Amino acid sequence: MQNLLSPMEWQAVLLSIKVAFWATLTMTPLALLTAYALVRWEFPGKSILNGLAHLPLILPPVVTGYMLLLLFGTQGLVGGWLQDIGIVLAFRWTGAALAAGVMAFPLMVRALRLSLEAIDIRLEQAAATLGASPVWIFVTVTLPLMIPGVLTGTILAFAKALGEFGATITFAANIPGQTQTIPSAIYALLQVPGQEAVAARLVVISVCLALTALFLSEALARRARKRLEGI
Amino acid sequence: MLDVRARHRFADFELDASFATSGGITVLFGASGSGKSTIANLVAGLLRPQEGRVVLGGRVLCDRQNNIWVPPHRRRIGYVFQDARLLPHLTVRKNLTYGRWFSKAPNDPKEFAHVVDLVGLNSLLERRPAHLSGGEKQRVAIGRALLCEPELIIADEPLAALDQARKAEILPYFERLRDAIDTPMLYVSHSSSEVSRLASTVVALSEGRVLQQGHPASVFGNPAVLPMGPRGAGSVLEVVVSKQHSDGLTELSAGGQRLFVPHTPQAVGARVSVRIAAHDVILARKLPEEISALNILPGLVTQIHMGEGPGAMVAIESPAGRFLARVTQRSVHRLDLVPGAKCFAIIKSVAIAPRDIH
Repeated sequence: MQNLLSPMEWQAVLLSIKVAFWATLTMTPLALLTAYALVRWEFPGKSILNGLAHLPLILPPVVTGYMLLLLFGTQGLVGGWLQDIGIVLAFRWTGAALAAGVMAFPLMVRALRLSLEAIDIRLEQAAATLGASPVWIFVTVTLPLMIPGVLTGTILAFAKALGEFGATITFAANIPGQTQTIPSAIYALLQVPGQEAVAARLVVISVCLALTALFLSEALARRARKRLEGI
Repeated sequence: MLDVRARHRFADFELDASFATSGGITVLFGASGSGKSTIANLVAGLLRPQEGRVVLGGRVLCDRQNNIWVPPHRRRIGYVFQDARLLPHLTVRKNLTYGRWFSKAPNDPKEFAHVVDLVGLNSLLERRPAHLSGGEKQRVAIGRALLCEPELIIADEPLAALDQARKAEILPYFERLRDAIDTPMLYVSHSSSEVSRLASTVVALSEGRVLQQGHPASVFGNPAVLPMGPRGAGSVLEVVVSKQHSDGLTELSAGGQRLFVPHTPQAVGARVSVRIAAHDVILARKLPEEISALNILPGLVTQIHMGEGPGAMVAIESPAGRFLARVTQRSVHRLDLVPGAKCFAIIKSVAIAPRDIH
């Protein structure tokens, strides 16, 4: 493997996985909360939340990246405050993770929403009559029954985060070893004549990573569904 | 024990009911849409009534006027749903112990074994709900409700989703429950045979209102209480098995009157109740002679309720008890049946099926 890829390509692959992993991990609880609020709660501004959650899906990625820069850049609204407590996101790998996470967020919310809508509320009522408080109902009934949806959602988000380009390059730039993920490395290689072969290797790797994630999620979700149906 | 007073308006239905019970099995009886399940849900806390009060054993569970609301998980009411509602991702054992975990009751293996025995689930503990039959699921639901040590058990038409054979399998568990455990029960049903087997009190409902509440015999003896319509009407007589005849008949004694029914397995001396469908009773003004029917009971007409169609419901008071006869209005006029009139009620033995006798 080592001599198959140059150090720069190797770095890009590892960084991509790291970025996608953290993007998915941090966005999952947030997406869960958003999906739950959208399906189960009635509150003013629900359609605004729904719109916001879907915004990254419909905006040009560059615009999302630019908005992240405005918000989380060192001069930004939140970024300035974060810098005071020692957290800098822009032009760091953490920023790439944030951008990838934001872009993957709508996909995850959609998957979680579907699985939450499929849950029979009457089962939760039954749990309530057995003494389970709303929080315990969520932990012992709702969440376990959502597992197939959670798996689908996280893997989908992981694959999306792995391939995110527009928002990442806008917000985190394309610094080899720091913020250069597979897609930005491919983009950089294609700018230089004669590097097509190297780019092709990265393309193959990214296809393999995405497919592996997809098959894994399918297999896990199938297993979880079987467990739920007790087969 | 349980005191309910509630008013709730839905788009197409209004519930306005109040009743009080005193332990044993109280059956909420009525046609579908009469508000039985709505009442069950508001006692359990799954529905918040717009107005009203629910008190269970001195504990106020809901009082809209004083803004008291105990959420369902703090009510200690075991609920057996019509569709069982077992948690599909848990084994039978974990379904059974699910409630115990929250009640913080000490995990008493003896209690668990006792309940598992009572509902006959010993061999199924490690299965998942998807691998259980309808009857088995319902038994798990009963056991699960019992194990959270409830102050009240609600059973909402627990047999309605089952076929005849499964019904016959589950009903005895409720009888055992009534006899073995002194937890009061609110049992929702639209089947008068379930009522006559289980109920210590009946609350008859129609269109969101309580028609009558009381002992099953007195509720079913009222010709105006027909929550199931005239076809389902019937009355219940409390009798004693007095003799088993060699020709396959069982002789019952009801207030000094003899009643012959097809063979029933209960021992001589056992107290049983017999359900007599109103449309199986014939009325005569004179004692009929040379007639095939074996049961002729003398009685007095106490009440007559003219239906909207050609039918009438006549309540008869006899030494054997009160019962109902469904006849035509034409017969009522022809026989000059008025309250106080003497008559004879004729009941064919074969019209009484074994499942009418408990």
